[in-house]
Amino acid sequence: MTASFESTFKRILPAVDFCSLRFVEESTEQLSVRQDIAEPPQTCVDRGAMISIFDKGGYGYAATSDLSESGLRAAVARAQEWARLTAGRSVIDYSTLTMPSVSGHYRTGLQKPAFTSKREKFELLKRESAACKIDDRIVDWSASFWTTHTRQFYVTGDGAMVDQEWDFMVPSLSATAFENGEAQTRSFGGRYNGFCQQGGAEIIDRAGFHGAGKRTAEEALALLFAPNCPSGTMDVILMPDQMMLQIHESIGHPTELDRILGDERNFAGTSFVTLDMFGQYQYGSDLLNVTFDPGMAEQFASYAFDDDGARAEKAFLIEKGKLLRPLGGTISGARAQQAGYDVQGVANSRACAWNRAPIDRMANLNIEPGTSTLADMITSIEHGVLMKTNVSWSIDDSRNKFQFGCEIGQVIEYGKLGHVVKNPNYRGISATFWRSLAMVGNAATQEVMGTPFCGKGEPNQVIRVGHASPACKFSNIDVFGAEA
Amino acid sequence: MQTYFHQIADFINTKINADEVFLANLSAEESRFVRFNKSLIRQAGSIKQSSMTISLIKSDRRAESKLTLCGQRDTDFAQIVMVVEALRRDLSDLPEDPYLLYNLMPQSTEHVGASRIAADADVLDLIISAGQRKDLVGLYAAGTIYKGFANSLGQRNWHRVDNFNLEWCLYHATDKAVKSSYAGTHWDHAEFTRKMTSASEQLAILTRPAKQLSPGQYRAYLAPAAMNEILELLSWESFGIKAQRNKQSPLLKLEEGSAALHAGVNVKENSADGIAPGFQADGFIKPPSVNLIKSGKHAEALVSPRSAREFDVDTNAANAGEGPEALDMAAGNLRRDEVLKSLDTGLLIGNLHYLNYSDRKACRMTGMTRFATFWVENGEIIAPLNVMRFDDSAYRVLGDNLIGLTAERDLMLDSASYGERSTGTARMPGGLVKDFALTL
Repeated sequence: MTASFESTFKRILPAVDFCSLRFVEESTEQLSVRQDIAEPPQTCVDRGAMISIFDKGGYGYAATSDLSESGLRAAVARAQEWARLTAGRSVIDYSTLTMPSVSGHYRTGLQKPAFTSKREKFELLKRESAACKIDDRIVDWSASFWTTHTRQFYVTGDGAMVDQEWDFMVPSLSATAFENGEAQTRSFGGRYNGFCQQGGAEIIDRAGFHGAGKRTAEEALALLFAPNCPSGTMDVILMPDQMMLQIHESIGHPTELDRILGDERNFAGTSFVTLDMFGQYQYGSDLLNVTFDPGMAEQFASYAFDDDGARAEKAFLIEKGKLLRPLGGTISGARAQQAGYDVQGVANSRACAWNRAPIDRMANLNIEPGTSTLADMITSIEHGVLMKTNVSWSIDDSRNKFQFGCEIGQVIEYGKLGHVVKNPNYRGISATFWRSLAMVGNAATQEVMGTPFCGKGEPNQVIRVGHASPACKFSNIDVFGAEA
Repeated sequence: MQTYFHQIADFINTKINADEVFLANLSAEESRFVRFNKSLIRQAGSIKQSSMTISLIKSDRRAESKLTLCGQRDTDFAQIVMVVEALRRDLSDLPEDPYLLYNLMPQSTEHVGASRIAADADVLDLIISAGQRKDLVGLYAAGTIYKGFANSLGQRNWHRVDNFNLEWCLYHATDKAVKSSYAGTHWDHAEFTRKMTSASEQLAILTRPAKQLSPGQYRAYLAPAAMNEILELLSWESFGIKAQRNKQSPLLKLEEGSAALHAGVNVKENSADGIAPGFQADGFIKPPSVNLIKSGKHAEALVSPRSAREFDVDTNAANAGEGPEALDMAAGNLRRDEVLKSLDTGLLIGNLHYLNYSDRKACRMTGMTRFATFWVENGEIIAPLNVMRFDDSAYRVLGDNLIGLTAERDLMLDSASYGERSTGTARMPGGLVKDFALTL
């Protein structure tokens, strides 16, 4: 298939400054059991290609699901017309760009063969679903597997050829308990698929999916009887399945270079981070070390090349609390350079599918483990709350004022973990919150999470993102619960 | 496209057995997108895509598969044969589905909307020209959306919309901006110019020094776009029968009758007024409207065919997610030209941003003010406001604290384009409220 696309591309290649073809084929399967009943299985094969052209300073793209030579020729003509229409009135003179021209490949490592049949998968889902019904007060429960296989080729007129192939899996499960007008839902990995990784069936084991049904339902039931989270200023420990959201919203999005350059202001928003902050701004305490790491094998957004063909390598965005680099790909980096800022980006120009153009995205954005054990962190707190599993998130246009909620909390009193509390929420301001990072958990507390649903871009794109984080302690945070 | 869709449907009919039923849903578009930043173009391009979801049903079992169509008959038909065979194999692995329901009474329909969309080159010229000496950022999207349904019972439904949707902001600085939109089926240069002029006038006010409010409770006017953000959040799991019966709906108290909204709050799914297809994926035809909240009280729920079987009620042709596609909030008596006078002193909130629930049981939601939000004193706009976080219950904002809704409403075409361009709409009034809770 690769050779066929390469030869077709060579035949249709127009005489322009730069031309690329990105072909994507994505096969998806979604299996779900709700209240012990198998829902109709859904499969999908999505296939298409995008032609991108830079010519005489303009840039145009055309995406098509018609992969015949005539279909691709028509796409080339449309992209050329857009390049003509945009020449001389684009945010950058695209003729000044030097796009990456490297070749290589990437393949997700598979440790365990996939299931042999849908029946086998349904049986496992049914088993965990049935295990949820531990009490009449469990009123809704479901379990699902979402698997995806993606193949992508990227070829350019100057000879680059990148071939990448991924396997993703997202197991999920949730249970809702209800009594006296109140519902409490507990989930495995978060209601919005926080447990998502690359790999094969080993992900089921690694996630601890076996036995998750009963455990999740028990926690949902416990929440029904739990008191509300206390309110006040106190220390908090955020576990990795909440840290992932905290990283995502208040470090990831504000450090995206296209936001900083203003591209997202009509939709996703702007950023409190400005171009002059890189290399000098103290983003957080000196315990804060944040990396763009496309090389963690099992993580959701690992890859070898981004969608503009740039080779992806691990880089510190924040080191000892200091902001060093933005999340900016080749084009945004050039724009920042032309604006007079010598910022070094990373290979994060990504598209969610064949029918969307690459923009700056998070990929794997991680907090590096520290040295504290979870026990150390708990012992250090006189009065606080440990929070797990994101359930609510809201943050302002500039990614500064935020308010996040979790599914479950546990009070900490005089260095000991106490009773469960429901509806734990906290709020803060990104620009100061990370400076209250007081302890960073060691590697034993780290979990590899992510989200399949990072939304951004015009036209809109929802993309896979990975976040690995240890548990972290923050001091003097504004915490609150629900209404009485 | 319609002819090709019918040819595919007829072909699938030849590939299924006598004891099998198929349902086929087509979703296609030919769209152009132009992204602007700082009154220049960031990205421009075209997307031509077509996909079909085929469901195969036999002996109370159902499996479905979606495939991309390339538009080349031989290639597409060969793919379809493989998909049907794979679905047949899947069916053999499945237990009976007790909630399976699809339309058994064929009702074919056709809707092809009229349109007049300007040439891309002309629109680009106009937008760039209007943005000169301004900081304009936004997206122009335009083109044709096709939706089709067919089944082995002979039903054929076709829906075609040609429209455009321009959303843009004029920025003063940092996060101070005026957001505007111009969407429809008939482009009118004069109407665009009028909207741009209006936005420019508001932008002038944003140049005044911003006011910083302290957390507390304030009188506030929520413009239709801000009201739509609140209703959009409520649309997420509040109006479907599945969320209600399984106790997940944030409006559970309303549905159970233990709480009510202001008697002037009337919300319905107004399919007759929207641009979404009048049919859904299982072949059912939507009723013109479904009352969701009537006089502040729960009325009906959106019921998908699957939920209809599960909860033993009739379907009202809701989509599988049971979310509204043509949300309609009734007007009130407050005249829009008297909003500032009625507000007297408080916040004029142009837009809200990033809403989410902070306490589902209390239907308490949090979010941020955004874009053109101003401080008003004695009925006069005084200053733009720095962004503030609100955290308040819908039972208060649309309940005891709601003073009135405007007599005039805005029709908003959903600009969302996740995977494909949306055909959702919302028609919203503005709302005047007291004691709107700001927290950060």
